[in-house]
Amino acid sequence: MLEIRDLGKTYGVGAKETHAVAEISFEVADGEFVTVVGPSGCGKTTLLKCVAGLLPPTRGQVFLRGRAVTKPPEELALVFQDYSRSLMPWASVRNNVLLPLRHKKLGRSERAALVEDALAAVDLTRFGDHYPWQLSGGMQQRVAIARALAYQPTILLMDEPFASVDAQTRGDLEDLILRVWDEYGVTIVFVTHDIDESVYLADRVVVLTHSPTEVKEIVPVQLRRPRDQLVTKELPEFTQLRGHVYRLIKRELKAPEDETDLATV
Amino acid sequence: MAPLPAERRDLSRRTYRTLKIAAEIAVPLALLAAWQLWTTHASDPNFPRLSTILVEFRKMWLFSQFGTHVVPSLERIGLGFVIAVVAGILIGIPLGLSRWARLWALPHIEYWRAVPPPALLPISVILLHSIGNRQKVAFIAFFCMFPVLLNTIDGVRGIDPTLVETGRSYGLGRLERVWRIVLPAALPQIVAGMRNSLSLAVITMVLAEYFSSSSGVGYVLLISKNTFQLAPMWAAIVLIGLLGYLLNLLFILFERRLLAWHRGWRASAPA
Repeated sequence: MLEIRDLGKTYGVGAKETHAVAEISFEVADGEFVTVVGPSGCGKTTLLKCVAGLLPPTRGQVFLRGRAVTKPPEELALVFQDYSRSLMPWASVRNNVLLPLRHKKLGRSERAALVEDALAAVDLTRFGDHYPWQLSGGMQQRVAIARALAYQPTILLMDEPFASVDAQTRGDLEDLILRVWDEYGVTIVFVTHDIDESVYLADRVVVLTHSPTEVKEIVPVQLRRPRDQLVTKELPEFTQLRGHVYRLIKRELKAPEDETDLATV
Repeated sequence: MAPLPAERRDLSRRTYRTLKIAAEIAVPLALLAAWQLWTTHASDPNFPRLSTILVEFRKMWLFSQFGTHVVPSLERIGLGFVIAVVAGILIGIPLGLSRWARLWALPHIEYWRAVPPPALLPISVILLHSIGNRQKVAFIAFFCMFPVLLNTIDGVRGIDPTLVETGRSYGLGRLERVWRIVLPAALPQIVAGMRNSLSLAVITMVLAEYFSSSSGVGYVLLISKNTFQLAPMWAAIVLIGLLGYLLNLLFILFERRLLAWHRGWRASAPA
């Protein structure tokens, strides 16, 4: 279980002090798919980096299976939004996927098998010898996902992973991540600014306020699985949930001291 | 312009290449012919005829004095260059990674880089208690280190933080991050620095051999000039030029192999 308790992050000191994250608490059960959605610039990435152990929080703590996170935990993998910046352009797809395994105590064949399995899970078996920059954006993000899977994490953190691909590819990648989630049995925390995506994927949607960030509401999503881009999204429950999350965020977009309707701006 | 059919395009590309290579050979040949013509008419003792220089060149360098003078020079360049590259990278990486280290070290680096090599030549003999290879190699290595060092620092500073964070999130230790991520990411810039260092190595080699030396092409050049043997002097100049040219050519081939990914990656980048 992943537990985020009273997490806060402040940048700078004195007059320049900015509260990126005010206070966030929520829990993620083993095997759960939780999406985190909020207005843009609300400190979603800061939150994820604190959870991943890359950034020390100013207040509060993150617990993974009861242990406090102080450095990047071994059972956790992070997929960044910008695949073109997180993949190594000098290494083949296979060597990119191999990167997190090199320092693990594994046999050569074991390592190779993990890499091939991960590539197969994202349908990139034939592209192991290519360089990442020879592939399309969607395929590059699949390389990044394969790398995370090869690491064999119990928790997968994803920071707006599909934000920089086109809509068609995005749908495909959403279905791919649902399939992988099912096959690998991982827990996923998925940050996005896309409301449809947050509802479509999740067991629960964590809606955040604008910065300084708090949890606005946690919305349970009980849509039937397996989900389908057409069938699920046409369900009245989907439309209703989507509308609910949308309203929560739209209300957030309006600054509290400014009550003018957004439509007139 | 309408795109050419693939076959024609290939042909024209081949023609272009042939022309390019022809120009690279033809232009120097024309210049040499002009030299020969001019020197034959002018008969100025400072400018011997090309034919005289070439005969001298063959006599000296192919290969009676090759072992006694060219080999030592090449050894000095090679050793000095390798030491410079290793030192430049080893010092440059930590400086690139740490702002505090840069703050402390950069003024010193800028100072020593600004000192012209000839200014340090006399003192190098005293400091290193040597007029042999040790002093010459150290002299070459010292000055050749700076392009590699500065480019390494810049290259490391320019690395995308996402790449390093990726390594950190996957639990790579500090040394492994440097080896697997920082070094390869900075390599294109490091190699560019190495190329500058290599031409500097030829310059500093000649310079080091002017001073308290008994072997090397720089030594031959200076001795020939001092004894008014101008044809051998010119033969040495020709050799040094060729040496620099060939070393650079070799380096470009090495760079193409090593950084093949970089060319492809840059060509594929949208921006």
